Amino acid sequence: MSSNNRPLSPHLDVYRLPLSALLSIVHRGTGAFLSIGSVVLVWWLMALAGGEASFTSAQSFLGSFFGRLILLGWSFALFFHLANGIRHLVWDAGYGFEKEAVEKSSLVVIAAAVILTLAVWLAAFIFAAGA
Amino acid sequence: MAEFTLPKNSVVQEGKTYPAPEGATNVQEVHVYRWDPDSGENPRLDKYTLDLDTCGPMVLDAIIKIKNEIDPTLTFRRSCREGICGSCSMNINGRNTLACTKDISDIDGPIKIYPLPHMPVVKDIVPDLTHFYAQYASIKPWIQSTTPPPPDKERLQSKEDRAKLDGLYECILCACCSTSCPSYWWNGDRYLGPAILLQAYRWLADSRDENAGERLDELEDPFKLYRCHTIMNCTETCPKGLNPAKAIAEIKKLLVERKIA
Repeated sequence: MSSNNRPLSPHLDVYRLPLSALLSIVHRGTGAFLSIGSVVLVWWLMALAGGEASFTSAQSFLGSFFGRLILLGWSFALFFHLANGIRHLVWDAGYGFEKEAVEKSSLVVIAAAVILTLAVWLAAFIFAAGA
Repeated sequence: MAEFTLPKNSVVQEGKTYPAPEGATNVQEVHVYRWDPDSGENPRLDKYTLDLDTCGPMVLDAIIKIKNEIDPTLTFRRSCREGICGSCSMNINGRNTLACTKDISDIDGPIKIYPLPHMPVVKDIVPDLTHFYAQYASIKPWIQSTTPPPPDKERLQSKEDRAKLDGLYECILCACCSTSCPSYWWNGDRYLGPAILLQAYRWLADSRDENAGERLDELEDPFKLYRCHTIMNCTETCPKGLNPAKAIAEIKKLLVERKIA
């Protein structure tokens, strides 16, 4: 029987990914996004070291609507990656593998990421208003 | 490198549609992936409509009914029809499971049947499991010991030691978990996948086995073991309610403990 013309059965198109799998994809995505973010951080520090003119232009870019949008995404990515990273630590210790536990910790990770992001931005706006 | 789309010869096309039997009131649509190795054509999705009043309760009953009454060319594996042989594993409405233990009444809308995902197809919903079985053989799934067995009796095991095999020995190697795992989809050539790793742990956990060191040496590999990223599809889909992800975590723990001990 010839086997080289065998088709590959459908995978991503047909598989109904559970929440845990979607979070795994987001974990990978936020990780990649964060590494780009660290380049932005270095750029900002270099602008700071470069003197007033370069720092002002960096600040005005990051303070613009588009800049803030990136920072919002970056802060969410940070908190999501952090929360899910802690979940990975717990898993690596051998805990939390039961289906119900996974379902629950998925929701906790999402909630923690959203709440921490909102809290940081709220604090930032309060601080900015007070200063 | 991961290929997220299907190769050209694997893209599923529109298939035939079979009408509902006359006079049927309790009807159920069933979509089935079909591929005929002799046709030279791409796979297609055939649509059948069954009368549930004359059909058994499980998805396997529906498939058998199609083969018996509508289309005898439909090819699938089945044997025990009670979830112990692992033959009728397939993708039903997006999740891998055994057709014989999947209740039709649990499914809303049409039943959608595909072969186990990301596998070479032999015919219709029969995947080629050659590589899967070769991987199973590679972990040496038998007791290895250097001490000779007692001359007058079998190798005994305490109740506590025997209990360590619970949740492991029940695995029927249906491959539902391995073929649900994206890491196995992208790296199945080298990554052993959840089913085989659960089996590997089954022998590591066996008090009668004396070759744990060598078994761990074999598993300590970036691809064989560490392609597991705890995506949890395996545990989510196991039709026997086992937890391959936890077994894999236990292997990782053994490797760490061995390093720091």
